[in-house]
Amino acid sequence: MNTKLKLTAWAVLACSQFAQAAQVPTETVNGNIDQRTPLMALTHATIHVNPDKTLEQATVLIQGDRIVGISEDNQVPDDAQVINYRGLHIYPGFIHLDASTGLPEPDKKPPFSWGGKETINSTKPGAYNNNEAIKASYDAAEHFNTDAKANQKLREAGFTVALSHRKDGIMRGTSVLTHLSDGAPELSIIKSQVAQHYSFDKGSSKQDYPISLMGAAALIRQTWLDADWYARQDVMVDLDLAAINQQQQLPKFITVGNWQQNLLADKIATEFATQFMVRTQGDSYQNLTAVKATGQALIVPLKFPKAPEIHDQLDAWNIDYTDLKKWELAPHNPALLEQQEITFALVPDEGPKALGGFLKDLRTAHEKGLSQRAALAALTETPAQLLGAKDLGAVAEGYLANLVITDGPLLSKGTQIAETWVAGQNHTINGRPDLLSGMYELAMKDHSHQFELKREKGKYKLSPVAEDDPYSYQLTTAGQFAKLTVKSDEKEVKLLGLIKDHAINATDGSGWVISKTSDLDADKQTDPTKDQPTQPVIPSPFTAYGMASIDPSDSVLIQNATVWTNEEQGILQNTDVLVIDGKINKLGQNLQAAHDIKVIDGSELHLTTGIIDEHAHIALLSVNDIAVNSSMVRMEDVVNPHDINIYRNLSGGVTAAQLLHGSANPIGGQSALIKLKWGASHPEDLLIDDAKGFIKFALGENVKRSRSQDSIRYPLTRMGVEQVYRDAFTQARAYEQEWQAFNNLSSRAQKRTTPPRKDLAMEATLEVLNQQRFVSCHSYVQSEINMLMHVAEDFDFRVNTFTHILEGYKVADKMKAHGVGGSTFADWWAYKWEVNYAIPYNAALMNNEGVVTAINSDSAEMSRRLNQEAAKAIKYGGLSETEAWKLVTLNPAKLLHLDDRMGSIAVGKDADLVLWSDHPLSIYAKAEKTLVDGVLYFDREQQADLESMIATEKQRLIDLSKASPGQKAPFKSMPPKTYECESITGYHEFDHMFYTGAQQ
Amino acid sequence: MKKVITTTLMMCSMAASALTPAPAAKPVDQVFINANIHVGNGEVLENAQFAISDGKISRAGYYRMALDGSEIDLKGQHIYPGFILASTNLGLTEVDSVKATIDATETGQLNPNVRALIAYNTDSERIPTMRFNGILLAQTTPSGGLVSGTSSVVQLDAWNWEDAVVKADDGLHINWPAEWSKRFDFSTFTMQLKKDDKYTEKTDQIKALLADARSTGHDNNVKLNAVKPVFSGQKKVFIHTNNPKSIIEAISHIKSMGIDDPVLVTGQAAGSVIEFLQEQQISVIINGTHALPQLSDDSIDERYSLPARLLQAGIQTALTYPGSMSSRNLAFAAGSTVAYGLSTEQALQMITGTAAQILGIDDQYGTLEVGKSATFFISQGDALDMRGNVVEQAYIDGRPVELHTRQQELYERYKEKYDQ
Repeated sequence: MNTKLKLTAWAVLACSQFAQAAQVPTETVNGNIDQRTPLMALTHATIHVNPDKTLEQATVLIQGDRIVGISEDNQVPDDAQVINYRGLHIYPGFIHLDASTGLPEPDKKPPFSWGGKETINSTKPGAYNNNEAIKASYDAAEHFNTDAKANQKLREAGFTVALSHRKDGIMRGTSVLTHLSDGAPELSIIKSQVAQHYSFDKGSSKQDYPISLMGAAALIRQTWLDADWYARQDVMVDLDLAAINQQQQLPKFITVGNWQQNLLADKIATEFATQFMVRTQGDSYQNLTAVKATGQALIVPLKFPKAPEIHDQLDAWNIDYTDLKKWELAPHNPALLEQQEITFALVPDEGPKALGGFLKDLRTAHEKGLSQRAALAALTETPAQLLGAKDLGAVAEGYLANLVITDGPLLSKGTQIAETWVAGQNHTINGRPDLLSGMYELAMKDHSHQFELKREKGKYKLSPVAEDDPYSYQLTTAGQFAKLTVKSDEKEVKLLGLIKDHAINATDGSGWVISKTSDLDADKQTDPTKDQPTQPVIPSPFTAYGMASIDPSDSVLIQNATVWTNEEQGILQNTDVLVIDGKINKLGQNLQAAHDIKVIDGSELHLTTGIIDEHAHIALLSVNDIAVNSSMVRMEDVVNPHDINIYRNLSGGVTAAQLLHGSANPIGGQSALIKLKWGASHPEDLLIDDAKGFIKFALGENVKRSRSQDSIRYPLTRMGVEQVYRDAFTQARAYEQEWQAFNNLSSRAQKRTTPPRKDLAMEATLEVLNQQRFVSCHSYVQSEINMLMHVAEDFDFRVNTFTHILEGYKVADKMKAHGVGGSTFADWWAYKWEVNYAIPYNAALMNNEGVVTAINSDSAEMSRRLNQEAAKAIKYGGLSETEAWKLVTLNPAKLLHLDDRMGSIAVGKDADLVLWSDHPLSIYAKAEKTLVDGVLYFDREQQADLESMIATEKQRLIDLSKASPGQKAPFKSMPPKTYECESITGYHEFDHMFYTGAQQ
Repeated sequence: MKKVITTTLMMCSMAASALTPAPAAKPVDQVFINANIHVGNGEVLENAQFAISDGKISRAGYYRMALDGSEIDLKGQHIYPGFILASTNLGLTEVDSVKATIDATETGQLNPNVRALIAYNTDSERIPTMRFNGILLAQTTPSGGLVSGTSSVVQLDAWNWEDAVVKADDGLHINWPAEWSKRFDFSTFTMQLKKDDKYTEKTDQIKALLADARSTGHDNNVKLNAVKPVFSGQKKVFIHTNNPKSIIEAISHIKSMGIDDPVLVTGQAAGSVIEFLQEQQISVIINGTHALPQLSDDSIDERYSLPARLLQAGIQTALTYPGSMSSRNLAFAAGSTVAYGLSTEQALQMITGTAAQILGIDDQYGTLEVGKSATFFISQGDALDMRGNVVEQAYIDGRPVELHTRQQELYERYKEKYDQ
């Protein structure tokens, strides 16, 4: 781990040398100097030196803010103040890596405004970055002030130092490491500018861009590139870019919103040859394989949802299996990270309640299998290592005297923190017990009483040992005095005694004594890791249909099917297709295959190549960003391999899709081309190897924001839309020339010259001009379609595809001449003004005119029945069946430049195949089996078993939730999002408001 | 015979232009032979005779009669009852995103007295696209609020709403709220299922409206007057909700008010309360056959198989297709259920015979039986399948209906342009 993180270790010298009532050396003292540094000896304690080493009956010596020695034989120097810590445990103080203690609250997130007036530039005054979410110059130390209240809460949970940063923005500036003592900030700060902090959440920024996850990723990339450029330019000052350059050597922390963002952080870091430490949401268990593969060190909150409240069986109708499963598995997260040998530190979750329940949650994690060793390491040694701190995280000589004192083993139920020592200062939490929990005897002259003594919340609870003991016992203490009341129905005796060495002696000379005879019976508490708690099944993908079992073999022989080749030979009856290593190997009759190759009987079935959806938004975490030119955003950054719609689409015979950016901008983001490989753990596994680059453009009502009354964003007309393109392409050419000029300089001259600023939007736009990236343009009416073709021709490139293109039929001849394809809806119209003249004959007219025509879905629902949508071209326009079938297979493959390997059943092509129960264009056809690259990812034969397995598993979780003690979470569920072109949130009704500007 | 139809079509198309087509004035008398008659009650009469006269069906079956050459031979073709689109905003909404073109939702929560019929726009461009796919009848229905208003059943080829009416003011539409509903949480930017604290208040409003309408007096209250017919059976109650508990609560309450035959308009929720619906003998109109399952763990075929599951439980079930821009796919929604447990004729019944029964127009519409209205169409092939749904001619009350509309006209214009 150390090599991987490449942390700068920093010196320990900055630390305060003062212990009690420490004064700032430069401070003027009004009175006499009272500086003391006594040598303290905490003797006879159980010392947890580090996660691997425990000393019984040993002594810690403390002077000033340091541990000055450990004595295993309890020998202490004569001048030491000795305090007996017998029966107590001493742990290294906990380190909190995700605090914001002592820092001012960030501004509130601006209320989300649906379709209001846009904020295009930063609203922050001063020479700061042009994007308000970049707050890299924020130095937490400059804003730090001691917050005694917050410190107290943290100490109560065992924390002694905190790394604090302001949790606001995408680049959040640097953090400050502080003691959680209540001294002056000058002394509390251990180190300023400890690390850089990041997130994908723009926080309080009022600026519109970025509104998406891929936009946040693009902004990080661009800002880092800007910082490089900034270092070499002298035209402007940007305090944030300057700060980034200054902070280059610091470690980087990023807070992510889910495990998918772990992978995104890793992707970006790899591109820039750096590494993030990642503060997760405690959800890594949902994809351990991929998270582990990042090699990231994790900062993990103990974030355990409460049991979902299910009133009755009908309520279950609304509760998703995934939510139940999250509840079941979240407490296992730390144990799973330990099993996977992932480096992690533990932190409390955000919110005031999380801290109070921290120890309880820690014990829950322990019960679920987190070892004592790992728990302790995650709170002490690991965070110290992640910080590169040489004097934190252990109870050892030379280390800061940061200690957690408990009255029992940390992870045992009922154990309390007695004291938290911060830099040599003792902060009482529950106080050291005068009496230790255990079995006690009150020995009197002629008889004795036995009882159990337990300390709970600073009070003693006594219960008789013998069941038939007629007495009850009560013990209260005041200072060193203890008052015992022994009471039966008949009499009551009060005894006053003096506590000494965990025993109570009579003060009246009567000689009674109360002393401990043994430890609590309850201390049978065994280490739960010994009898490994059962690990619940983790579906992968993390959703109910992740339980489907997929045979990874990619060779198969399909016999006796009606084969729709999409090639010259047309439809072949009673034909076998042999697939070897994911490729179509042979077509013919009575084909033979090696004995170990799986055979599928295709009799009575139709075999086709898989459906390709040219326009999809499934398997995405986010769809739309808002910059007019958003070409720097990449859908590849936000591919989600766990989306249930991948599985649902397989059940409709879809095997590949172009995941497009939305249509909020004339120049949208870069597409991701995927194959629907259900079960893949990493987004990269879905991406089609060597696919060409594509990008979304959009025209018309969406980009001119017709439905927002208050929009000020250019363009507001189709006239402006054209000029956006002409401007962008003109700038891109100029940008290219600028770079060419620079690249043509001698290397010597290059060193003397400021290079042009690398601009990711210009780079992508330039790729379009140079035909290295292909345009799929959302479009409806003929005028705008015509316009874009002219613009493209003027800039000497061709539009690849017009998508939606409902008026393509009006300009099909021009499209043919330009060489652009059309990917349309079968019969959509009337949903907005610009589709008023849409006709369902569009596909047939374009196709007949020689335009490469496809039918797409733009909908996770409709994509499941694209075969039916294709068949509509038979009804509307009379296409032949073989031509109609190509609308959703070979033609989209052509539009995506994948037809050399997909789109037909031919030897050498990818074995993306579907077996249909009926004629594939029939409304009665069901996809029976769907193969991608030869692997059977969907098999309807297994469906009944799978559904009953899901039902059983869900019922088990519901029963478990009902039986679970404690508080229930309010009834709440997160239905899966579905995206369309116009999606912002993924929830249709709210996205609609975004565009209409309506308020909720 | 093919010639006959083509001629009719051509005559009509000349009149068409870009306007919505003119409704034919008079019913025709015609005999068809060798037709496959899909009666709409589950039966198919193959190679049968079908005759219409005075706007009624005069023959449907096998007759020994001399032919005089005027018959139309439909060999290989099919006759279907006009499909019925229940609970739709057809005629009330033109362009979804343009407010000025929408008349579907009145402001306020309790609008029993607003009547879809008078806003039903017979010139809506959407209507002819329905006819083209075989939909000849619709229940034009207000939406929104707790009580949306009153629907009417119309036929889809009329000069004005007075001509269109088949059953005026047939139903009162109640949106029963759900105690738990999905709402957007801005702080987490996620959708959450939250309790509606006003649930009881809302349901009380509905309950009070019904109770006050049932009790005597209030003759000068237009809202209550609009509710009263539900107690005499003149107006049916349609309960719209897609939540299992709301279904149970709404139906139980409506029945307790002495209304025996409320109709439930719902989606996937019906699947959770099948036993209840069966026991209460409730008729159901299912929307969203082409919709995703509600939860990620639901059966992938949940929506496709729901109609079959309801029918198997003996529940009277019809299908509809919400959002009138896509409603022309009603036949294909029905077709989609066939691979998941229904026969083609059962699926057909759900958009013809059964739909007519539920809307209370089955004395005249929904099935092709002698004496009923001659509201039907001829299709080249299987009308539930995209490949076969080619409507050659349609008749409403015996009148030939114009099928050639703006969409066909645009098609032909550009086809011609490119053919040159």
